[in-house]
Amino acid sequence: MAKLEILVYPDERLRQVSQPVKAIDNKIVSFISDLEETLSSLPGCVGIAAPQVGLLERIIIVDVSSRPKHKNHGHLVLINPVITFSAGNSIGREGCLSVPEYIGKVERSQNIEVEAQNEFGDNVNYQMEGYEARAVQHEIDHLDGKLFIDSLVGKRNVLKKRTNY
Amino acid sequence: MQNWYMLTLVGKDRPGIVAEVSQTLFEAGGNLGEASMARLGGNFTVMLMLQIETEKEGIKKLLQPLGERLGLFFHIDEIIGTLHHHVEPNFRLSVHGADQVGIVAMVTGVLAKLKFNILNLESDVGGNPEKPIYIMHIEGFADCSHSNLEKSIKPLINEKKIIIHLAPIDTMMG
Repeated sequence: MAKLEILVYPDERLRQVSQPVKAIDNKIVSFISDLEETLSSLPGCVGIAAPQVGLLERIIIVDVSSRPKHKNHGHLVLINPVITFSAGNSIGREGCLSVPEYIGKVERSQNIEVEAQNEFGDNVNYQMEGYEARAVQHEIDHLDGKLFIDSLVGKRNVLKKRTNY
Repeated sequence: MQNWYMLTLVGKDRPGIVAEVSQTLFEAGGNLGEASMARLGGNFTVMLMLQIETEKEGIKKLLQPLGERLGLFFHIDEIIGTLHHHVEPNFRLSVHGADQVGIVAMVTGVLAKLKFNILNLESDVGGNPEKPIYIMHIEGFADCSHSNLEKSIKPLINEKKIIIHLAPIDTMMG
């Protein structure tokens, strides 16, 4: 296992669209364990996407269990994740390992349904809301070369419907 | 190392203020840091971090003609400029009610006792002129529990007939 280096904006690799994972082979399994080690070494961080460490493949890890007041599904490795349903919207604060020292407000879907494969190659499907749904949307954006600073809503945009994060 | 200044500008709002001010500072070799600019009651207000080799008197000379042309008052303070040291808020308060004297003093007085550090405060007067309403949003950091804060602001809600909604801020870091 190894802790991987996080790419920082404006690194061009963060702007690339990642490719689907074709097979969960030893190389991918080993990469996932490095990505997990990297995520767990970053206090306060609830998600990470493969392109943030320079691998342009569609893999994300989300783990919101450190914020138990938010509904969550625990530690999730999502390979080739696709959002198949989304509804509602909410504005919340986000930060990103790849954009240090900046927090901004972003509008996201409140409820989503996501389909993916887990690290064992099983098909998985989750219904998520709020904070966990926000984390997954943020990480999937990385797979499409998008950063949260592309979707900021203004600082004074405070009277719109919002949630508690 | 170049000096940092906090530049304050206030004047009647009109299009082009930011463009003219920033162009003038750019041409003089100024580097802009963090800024807060807003229209407040028909005035345009600017608080702007400026890093420039010129001394304070030099900046004054630079801005004087601009100030006269655009009708802007300005003020310059030497500051210690520290970028990249943000403090993240952990609570948000939304306050509203019929406009009355002292809302800000009452609410922030309670917060100060809890050592609540206000990081951002925005307020507006809405409603119609006969029945104005006051709306304020505060974001800040306090090293205390949600229930402690709630308990402290509750008397204000009861006595002053204002609504105060307290919410934790939980930033998603991914």
